[in-house]
Amino acid sequence: MADLTRLGRPKSVAVRRFRERLIVGSLAIAATFSIFVTLSILVVLARETLIFFRFPDVSLGEFFGSLEWNPLLGAEKHFGIWPLVSGTLLVTVIAASIALPIGLVTAIYLSEYAGARVRAVLKPALEILAGIPTVVYGFFALMFITPALQKLNPALESLGTPESPVSFGGYNALAAGIAMGIMILPIVCSLSEDALRAVPRALRDGAFALGGTRFDVSAKVVVPAALSGIVAAFLLAISRAIGETMIVALAAGGLARLTANPTNEVQTMTGYMAQIFGGDAPAGSVEYQSSYAVGATLFCITFLLTMLGQYILRRFREEYD
Amino acid sequence: MATPRSAASRLLQNRAFLWLCLIATNLAILALAILLISIVWQGWSTLDGDFLAQRASRKPENAGILVPLLGSVWVCAICGLVALPLGVGTAIYLEEFARRTRFTRFVQTNILNLAGVPSIVYGILGLTAFARMFGVFGVGADAGIQLGDQDSLFYLRLPFGSSVLAGGLTLMLVILPIVIISTQEALRAIPPSLRSGSLALGATTWQTVWGMTLPAAVPGIMTGSILAMSRAIGESAPLLVVGSALFLMATPNNLMSDFSVLPLQIFNWAQRPQAGFHDLAASAIIVQLIVLLAFNGVAVFIRQKLQKPLL
Repeated sequence: MADLTRLGRPKSVAVRRFRERLIVGSLAIAATFSIFVTLSILVVLARETLIFFRFPDVSLGEFFGSLEWNPLLGAEKHFGIWPLVSGTLLVTVIAASIALPIGLVTAIYLSEYAGARVRAVLKPALEILAGIPTVVYGFFALMFITPALQKLNPALESLGTPESPVSFGGYNALAAGIAMGIMILPIVCSLSEDALRAVPRALRDGAFALGGTRFDVSAKVVVPAALSGIVAAFLLAISRAIGETMIVALAAGGLARLTANPTNEVQTMTGYMAQIFGGDAPAGSVEYQSSYAVGATLFCITFLLTMLGQYILRRFREEYD
Repeated sequence: MATPRSAASRLLQNRAFLWLCLIATNLAILALAILLISIVWQGWSTLDGDFLAQRASRKPENAGILVPLLGSVWVCAICGLVALPLGVGTAIYLEEFARRTRFTRFVQTNILNLAGVPSIVYGILGLTAFARMFGVFGVGADAGIQLGDQDSLFYLRLPFGSSVLAGGLTLMLVILPIVIISTQEALRAIPPSLRSGSLALGATTWQTVWGMTLPAAVPGIMTGSILAMSRAIGESAPLLVVGSALFLMATPNNLMSDFSVLPLQIFNWAQRPQAGFHDLAASAIIVQLIVLLAFNGVAVFIRQKLQKPLL
C-alpha cells in the first residue's frame, strides 16, 4: 500500500491564497522596477542638464543656436550641439546606406529564395556578426578599414582643395560608418526577415498563381505586406547606430565640427560622452556637465525614433488572418 | 495601366535580382570573414599562456589580461544574478498574471523603450544611482559609510563608488529589457491548452506557472538569457562611464574592488600609439570572441536539443 502520509497534508485554501498573493505581489514589484528605471533616467538627465545650463557661459540659446562645440580647447568655450549632431548624422547615414539595402536584400533572399542549406550557413554567420562586441568593430575600423581607405588617398588628392583636402586621416567618419554598417546589418536583416516571414503563405501562392516570378512576388506582394515591420527594423537599426559609442570613440576621432566630408575626423554625441567620462574633464566642471546635456539630447533622439517605430508597427500593420 | 512586360524580361529581372541577393549575402559573409581573419592574423602570435596570466604593464611584452578577465567574470556574475530573476519575474507577471489594463500596456511600452535606450545612457544612470547614490552619502573619495574590513569578502561601502558591484548593476540595467522581452516570447510560445489543463485540475495560477508553464519555457528562457549575458560580456560603454580602472594590478576580491573588464582593456590598448599594444588588443579580442562563441554555442545547443515541440 502506498504511503499516503508521504504526500503531505494538502495545504489549506487560506495558506495557498496567502502564498499566492505574496508571490504575485513580488512579481508585480519586479515589473514596476522597469518604470522606476525609466523615471530615474529622466530625473538624472534632467537634473544634471539643469546644472549644466546654470553655468554662467552656457545658455539654451547657445546650445541650440551656436554652430561651435569646443569645450576642451580654445580660450573661449562654445557649447553648440550641432557639430556633434552632424557628426552623429554623418556616421549614421554612412552606416545606414550600407546596412539598410544589404540587410533588406539579404532578408528577402533568406525569406523568399534561400533553401535550407543556405540558411543553415547564413543564419549562424549573421548571429555571430550580431554577437560581436562593438569595441571589436571599433578596433577593426581603426586597424583595418582606415589603413585600407588610406590607400585611396593618392587617387583622391585631385578632388580636394587646399582649404578642404579630401584625404583619409587616422580618424575619419567613413571607417567608423562602415564598421557601424556591418554592426547594424544583422539587426536590419533578422528583424526584416521576421517581418517577411510573418506574411501568410496564401498571399505568395496567390501571386504565383497569377504568373508572377519570384521577384514579382517578393517585390510587389511580400515586401509591401511586411513594410511596417521593415520600416520599424530600419528605425531600430538607425537608433542603435546613433547610440553606439565604442566604434566612434575609437575610429571617428575627437574633433567636433560641421562637415559632410566622410574623409574628415568627426566627433559624435556618444564619442564626446565617452571622451569626457573616460577622464578628460574633472567632475563638476562645465565640460563634465555638458556631457549630461549631450546625453539628454541623445536620449530624446533615440526615444523619438523608438516611439516612431512602435507607432508605425501599430498603425500600419497589415493583418491577414 | 502600363502594358504587361514580356515573360522573358520578367524572368531576366528575376535572375538579376537573384544575383543581387547573392552579392549582398556574400558581402555580409565576406565582412565577417575579413574581420575574423584580420584580427586572428594580428593577435595570434601574442596569444599564449603568459598573456592570460599576466597583469597590466607599461611594456607590451609583459602585459596580460588576468585582471580584466577576472573583472569581467565578477561584473557579469553580478549582472546575471540580479538581471535574470528580475527580468524573468517581470515577464512572468506581465504574461501570466497581469490583466490587460492601461497600466500593463504602459509597462510593456516602457520596456520596449528601455530596450532602445543607448547603453551609454545607462552608464550615466549607473554612475549617478550606484556609484554616487545621488550624493545622499556625500561626495568625494572618503565620504559615505563603510561596513566591515577593507580586505574581507564582505566589505561594503555606500555609495558603491566605481566598484565591481556598481559595474554589475549598471550592466544589469542594460540587459534587463532584453531578458524581459525574450522571456515573454518564450512564455508566449507555450500553448494555452497546457495552462487550461492545469487550471482545470484545480491548480492556482501560480501553481500552473511553476509546475507547467515555466518548465516548458525553460529552454526558451535560457536561450534568451544566455544571449543577453553575451551582450553583457561585450558591453563596454556604460562601464567606461561608471569608471572602470584603466591600469589595475589587483584582481577583484570583494564587491567593492575596483574593476576593469575585457572589452575596456581592448579599448584602452587600441587607443595607445604603440603597435605592440594593438597586437595585444587583437589577442584580447580573440579571447573575448572565444568566450562569446562558447556562450552562443550553448544557446544553439539548448535551442536544438532541449526545445521539444509542444502540442
